[in-house]
Amino acid sequence: MSKQMDQATTAHRVTVTVNGAQRAASCPARRSLADFLRHDLGLTGTHLGCEHGVCGACTVLVDGAAVRACLMLAVQANGCRVETVEGLAAADGTLSPLQQAFADHHALQCGFCTPGILMTLVEVLRDNPDADEREIRESLSGNLCRCTGYQNIVEAALATAETLRRPA
Amino acid sequence: MTEALIGRSVPRLEDSALLRGTARFLDDLQAPGALEAAFLRSPVSHGRLHGLEAAAARKMPGVVAVLTLADLRPLLTSERLPLQFRNTGLPEAITPFVLASDEVLFVGEAIALVIADSRAAAEDAVEAIELDLEELPAVADVRAGVMADAARACTGRDNVYRAFEVGYGDADAGFERAACSVALDLDQHRGAGHPMEGRGILALPDPLQDRLQVWSSTQLSHEARHFLADLLALDESRIDVSVPEVGGGFGAKYLLYPEEVAVAAAARMLGRPVKWVEDRREHFLAAIQERDQHWRIEAAADAEGRLLAIRGDMIHDAGAYVPQGINLAYNAATAVPGPYRLPAYRLAVTVGATNKVPTIPVRGAGYPEGTFAMERALDAIADHLGLDRVEIRRRNLIPAAAMPYATPMTTRSGSGITYDSGDFPAIFGKALAAIDHAGFAARAATAADEGRSLGLGVACGIKGTGRGPYESAIVRIGRSGKVSVHTGAMPMGQGVKTAMAQICAETLGLRAGDVTVVCGDTRTVPLGMGGFASRQTVVAGSSVRRATEAVRQQVLIAAAALLEAAPADLELDAGFAVLPGSNRRVSLREVAELAAGSPGYALPPGVRPGLEAQEAWMPDALTYGMGAHAVELEVDRDTGLVRLLRYVVVNDCGRAINPKLVIGQLHGGVVHGIGNALFEVMAYDEQAQPTTTTFADYLLPTVTEIPHMEAIIVEYPTPNNPLGVKGVGEAGCLPVAAAIVSAIEQAVGLPYGTIQRVPLSPPDLLRAMGTLA
Repeated sequence: MSKQMDQATTAHRVTVTVNGAQRAASCPARRSLADFLRHDLGLTGTHLGCEHGVCGACTVLVDGAAVRACLMLAVQANGCRVETVEGLAAADGTLSPLQQAFADHHALQCGFCTPGILMTLVEVLRDNPDADEREIRESLSGNLCRCTGYQNIVEAALATAETLRRPA
Repeated sequence: MTEALIGRSVPRLEDSALLRGTARFLDDLQAPGALEAAFLRSPVSHGRLHGLEAAAARKMPGVVAVLTLADLRPLLTSERLPLQFRNTGLPEAITPFVLASDEVLFVGEAIALVIADSRAAAEDAVEAIELDLEELPAVADVRAGVMADAARACTGRDNVYRAFEVGYGDADAGFERAACSVALDLDQHRGAGHPMEGRGILALPDPLQDRLQVWSSTQLSHEARHFLADLLALDESRIDVSVPEVGGGFGAKYLLYPEEVAVAAAARMLGRPVKWVEDRREHFLAAIQERDQHWRIEAAADAEGRLLAIRGDMIHDAGAYVPQGINLAYNAATAVPGPYRLPAYRLAVTVGATNKVPTIPVRGAGYPEGTFAMERALDAIADHLGLDRVEIRRRNLIPAAAMPYATPMTTRSGSGITYDSGDFPAIFGKALAAIDHAGFAARAATAADEGRSLGLGVACGIKGTGRGPYESAIVRIGRSGKVSVHTGAMPMGQGVKTAMAQICAETLGLRAGDVTVVCGDTRTVPLGMGGFASRQTVVAGSSVRRATEAVRQQVLIAAAALLEAAPADLELDAGFAVLPGSNRRVSLREVAELAAGSPGYALPPGVRPGLEAQEAWMPDALTYGMGAHAVELEVDRDTGLVRLLRYVVVNDCGRAINPKLVIGQLHGGVVHGIGNALFEVMAYDEQAQPTTTTFADYLLPTVTEIPHMEAIIVEYPTPNNPLGVKGVGEAGCLPVAAAIVSAIEQAVGLPYGTIQRVPLSPPDLLRAMGTLA
């Protein structure tokens, strides 16, 4: 019991680079990356919808790859680069093309799943700017949304891909 | 001139914060010194609770308190929650307890709560509590439960909460005259709400003022305030309920729950803020569901397929307690006639108890089940008579010339059910055209040549929307000149704030973004009913319109005094009152300054203090929006897998305030219906132990299962409210299961009646086809 409690409470220093800024906090080994971001760093834009790795609401990018922040421990992210929804807009507040497309296409309703869906799509569009509808849908199959029926999300993603392909 | 805003898809006011991750949902609220709660829940579906041992838990690090009903009793006026809707004819002592004390009636029922300095510490301590629990026989199936010799779901309580009959006309006489009759046995299951954000509450006691501030992820803040005040023996001036962003509701949050009462009481007792956030497992166990209805009906028709009568019975699984009433069963029963002429109808309804979490309405609120029964009956008669399934609907839809059409039924409050406007055959025709019904036979033939089985299904539904008695609105132009709307309406994602801002801004010559909308905060508006029954744009929108018109008049009178003009000659444009044809204008701020007054000086004649109006518009009747759905799908005969190819939904929304938002509601409703048709099963074993308690077991529709949807809105404005609007929050989910099942039967050539159960899984379908034992 006491050994278990010790393990539950012993603090570990975790340092991550979140949205370009180095952040550090101490937390127990069992703290998930999602809870670390939300509770220890105050970045509450990452949401928890199931805490068992299915709904995808907590999706963030760790070293550029989408992960479920509810299934990864904070200590595992030590030294990593983490990207969250709070880092998507430009420094002057301008929404990213993907965020703007979500607004334009009514791709969000309650908005709770939105951060995870945005982060999933950031990875997809970065890795595969030519993604077609089938590829977009497949890449979003790990994100649950109860409000929108997904169609406008797919349209926003396709519109963003189109924007990104257009020469600046 | 300012442009018209109503009818335009203006950008949502809600989106910016949601897209940036700066919106605040319940779990994002931080209160200094806040404690966190975790609940100890019943591991058995029915048991006698002899006691619990919490000494070890109390000593664990971070634990502040372990509380049972005995601990909370001194703070409570009642051990049970009140029945939350007005009902007649229900027995006593059927509502949930704040915490269970002697007997537990379902898996997940809250028994105790641990308050600790973190959720993790609280959950550790929950694990350390030992229960002395004696298992009792459980009622797992409501059909067995209502039999005379069944075990009791609750000691000393009958398993039938209420039996009643709905109907009109002489149904038996209809069968005597009938050229054909069919019988159907339907098991309908509609899972749970599953908003992506679970429930949650943060209760903040203020010892300085002896007040309690509650934040809740709820659909009903004013009702919650009332019930909490009653249960905690507080008057309304000592408690407020506010809502942060709410991450979906779907009915699961239109209830004050035991957990909310327990957390609020614990915060009062400890004098510290306490937060509880439901996790997904708890949502599976302890949030309301819609679940099971068992229908046995017969339908009679003449030789042309015109309906003569429907009769039968329905058993509704209400679960272990009745927190709200029997409205879900009542809605389902009265939804049967739908958009069709049905001369006679009789349904005997039995509302029974099981040892499962209670049921109250999920999006659709019983209408999908009633709709399914009717649509299946139509398919059956069509097949029986050798009629096309489209043609039988044409023959039975209420014609446009019959509008307004008074059905012989009443709502549960006793007012008549009258379809107020709409051309049902035209709406149905639009859906057929959009899916290219005429070309389907050729498409199916081509597919058949390739060994593929296509089916096309059609179904219709109609939803009563805009339920009263009222919704509140206060419209105010502050001394700053800024406009705000305060309403008891509660957004859960629909874009209510945007719609209200459009309605207000248009009347005041502003842009939607100029208006701040505050929803569901008892601190800013005294009355409210909240978000249910596809009502908010109808009732809150009408109140906002009326209140804004009153404020507009106040502005014109005060501006006229400043401009030395007649109020009727002025216009409002872009934040100014202007006298057209002159350069005379005055800003809303200057007008507000005048109306606010100056110490010792009288207001000009006709000007009243402040620019503010309050309205609680009351509908005389529900307004009904009809919808027609058509789906084309392919069935893999080897695996039973159903692939949806195209989906068309045409729905009457009265006058669309914001077409983009209307279409968004239809999309979401359809996909919820797809879940009910094919995926979402909340399963229990024979001991009523839930067996689907993760999203890996309980399947919500994902994007790869969803076909391209074509949502078409048609506008038949209603005379029942000042805006002409009809609600669409639930409409999309009504006839989905019926359309899909019909299409599946057609695809694989099954006669009617073979598919009796929804949701329909691939193995279910293979069994219906006789290819799987």
